[in-house]
Amino acid sequence: MGILIDKNTCAIVQGITGTQGSFHTKLMLEYGTKIVAGVTPGKGGTQIHGVPVYDTVEEAQQKHSANASIIFVPAPFASDAVLEALENGIKTITVITEHIPIKDAITVMKYAKHVNATIVGPNTPGIITPAESKLGIMPAHIFKPGSIGMVSRSGTLTYEIAADLTRKNLGQSTCLGLGGDPITGLNFIDILKMFGKDPQTKAVILIGEIGGNLEELAAEYISTAKYSKPVVAFIAGRSAPPGKRMGHAGAIVMGKTGTAETKIEAFKNAGIEVAERPSEVAELLIKLIRT
Amino acid sequence: MKLFEYEAKDILAKYGIPTPQGGLATTASQVREIATRLKPPFAVKAQVLIAGRGKAGGILFVDTITEAEKATKKLLNMQIRGIPVKSVLIEEKIRIKKELYFGITTDRFNQSYVAIASAVGGMEIEEIAAETPERVIKILVNPEHGLHPFQTRQIAKKMGYAGSQISELGRILEGLYRAGMDYDAELIEMNPLAETVEGKFVAVDARIIIDDNALFRHQEYKKRLFEGEGELTPPELEAMKNDLAYVKLDGNIGVIGNGAGLVMATLDTIQYYDGKPANFLDVGGGAPSEKIATALRIVLSDPNVRALFINILGGITRCDDVARGIIEARTKIGGTKPMVIRLVGTNEEEGKQILRQAGIHILESMEEAAQRVVEIAGHGGGK
Repeated sequence: MGILIDKNTCAIVQGITGTQGSFHTKLMLEYGTKIVAGVTPGKGGTQIHGVPVYDTVEEAQQKHSANASIIFVPAPFASDAVLEALENGIKTITVITEHIPIKDAITVMKYAKHVNATIVGPNTPGIITPAESKLGIMPAHIFKPGSIGMVSRSGTLTYEIAADLTRKNLGQSTCLGLGGDPITGLNFIDILKMFGKDPQTKAVILIGEIGGNLEELAAEYISTAKYSKPVVAFIAGRSAPPGKRMGHAGAIVMGKTGTAETKIEAFKNAGIEVAERPSEVAELLIKLIRT
Repeated sequence: MKLFEYEAKDILAKYGIPTPQGGLATTASQVREIATRLKPPFAVKAQVLIAGRGKAGGILFVDTITEAEKATKKLLNMQIRGIPVKSVLIEEKIRIKKELYFGITTDRFNQSYVAIASAVGGMEIEEIAAETPERVIKILVNPEHGLHPFQTRQIAKKMGYAGSQISELGRILEGLYRAGMDYDAELIEMNPLAETVEGKFVAVDARIIIDDNALFRHQEYKKRLFEGEGELTPPELEAMKNDLAYVKLDGNIGVIGNGAGLVMATLDTIQYYDGKPANFLDVGGGAPSEKIATALRIVLSDPNVRALFINILGGITRCDDVARGIIEARTKIGGTKPMVIRLVGTNEEEGKQILRQAGIHILESMEEAAQRVVEIAGHGGGK
C-alpha cells in the first residue's frame, strides 16, 4: 500500500544513460523497483544495468507497457520528456530534474491535468514506499516500512527527519518530495487527501518551507475538512530574509508573502503542532500517536 | 534576474506599450544632450535594482535642463541602500490623472500565470490587496491560449473604463502579457500604468524579473549579470557561476550544507540556540571536493565569520569528497576559522577518517553541532 507507487509499479527511466540516470537506475533496481526500460534518444538498442534502452517512449511502451516514469533529462529538454511520457499514456511521472523554466513547467502541468496524470516534482528527490518501490534518488537505507506518511518540499531535510523517525522506530508508508520549484505537479492538499484514504497511513508529517502559500492552504484544508489523521508540521526558513532565494527556486519571501511566521501561525490556528527543530518532529508525533 | 527600469521599458516599447520619451545616461552632459530633445518638465530616475527607490530619494523632478544636470550629478554621487548609482534615466514628466496597476506573475496553487490589475496603482500590489482587496482583479491565464482580447476588455471594464479607452487599455495589457511570455518573466508589471490628463495610457514605471532557470534562453541578460552588472554582490556572483546558492546574512556563524531545506533548517537551529548565521550556502547534490573548497572560500571571505558549521547529510553527496574539499580549502586558504563539522551518510567512515587524520573533530547530530558552534562563535563577544 502507501500512495502513488507500490510493488506493482512498472517504471521506465527517461535519461537513463546520463551519469545520474544510470547511477540511480542501479540503486533503484537494487531496492527492488521494477524498472522495465530506459529511454535516451540516439542510444536505442543498448543496455544499462541489464535494462533495455530505447530511442523513444513510444517504442518502450509498445514492448513494456510501463505505468510510471522517472525523468533525469537536463532542464532545457525536460519538459519535452514529460510531454513525451504523457502523450504515451504514462500516468505517474517523477521529475528529478532541477532548473526547469517556470513557463515550461506551467505548460506541462496544464497538459498533465488534461490527461489526468500525476506529476511528482520537478526538482524533487522522488517518492519511496519503503520495502516496495522507490522512484527517486533518496538514500534507501534511512527508510523503513511503517505507518507514517511524509510529504515535503525539500530533499535532504526529508532525509534528516526520515532517518530520525527510523531510529525512533517510526516506519513510513510513503515519503515524497513535492519539489523545490514554484510550480510543482502536486501540492500538500493533494497528498493529504491521498494519505487520508490510504489504510496503511496512520499519521502525516508535512515539511514546508518559505515561499508561496501552499502550507497555509493545507492548514486551512486540514481544519475545514476535519482531517481524520494526526498531522505534525515543520517549516524551514524562520531565519530567511525577504527577497532572497534560499537555494530552491520556490523558497523566497516576496514582500510579506510566504514567511515562515504566517505558515506556522496558520498551522497553529488549525490546531496542528509545529516542530521547532527537526528532531522535535518525531517527539511530537510520538506524543500524538500515544495519546 | 531583475532587469533595470530602462531595460524593462525598452522591452515594453517593442510590444507597442507607450512609455515616456527619454533616454539613459551615465553623465550629466549626456543628460543635457537627451533633455534638449525632450519637453520639460523632466523626471530623473536612478537606475538601481532596489524596490522603494523613490522613497530613498532616487527619483527627482525638475523643470529645466540645468536642473536636470544638477539632479543627475546628485544621483550619480549617491548610494541607495549601499548600492552606488551608475546611470540615470531622464524622461519627460507625465501629467498623471490616475495611477493604475497591471502585472503578470505566477499562481503556485493553480499552476498557472495570473494577470493582476487594479485601478489603484503606484504602491506595492500586495499593499493594495491588503487595503482594498475588492479592487484587485485576477484572471488565470492558460499559456496555451494566452490572454484573450475579451479578457483584457473585461479587466478594462472592471477598472471603470468605457469607450475607446477599453480597447486602448486592452491592447497594452495584451502587449504586456506577450512580453512577459517571450522574456520568461516570473514577474512583469507596470506600476504605475498612468492614465494621463489627456486620457492616454503610459507605463511610467516597469519591472521585469526573468526566471533564473530560463536565462539560458536570454543570453544578452545573462551576460550582463555574469559581468557583475546586476543585483549580485561579488561573492554571490562567484557562487552563482560555480552553481552554489549563497545568501549573505548579518551574523557571525558561516554555514555550508547540502540541500536547500537542510541548510535553511540549519540556520533556524543556530538561531534557536541564540546564534546568528552569517550566510546561507547550499552546495547542492553530489558536490565534488573542488566545489566544497570554493564554498569554503566564499563563506570565509566574509570578515564577520568567527566560526564555521558544515552540515552534510550524504545522499548523492559523498562524505569523503566533502572531507577532501575541506582539507583542500584549509591548505589553500591557510589558517581558517574554527570549524564544527557534522557529516553523515554515503561514505561516512572514509570521510571521518580523512578529517580525523587532519585533527578535525566530527559530530553526528545536527542539533548538538549547532549548539557547539554557537558556543564557539560566542567567545570573545562575537554575538
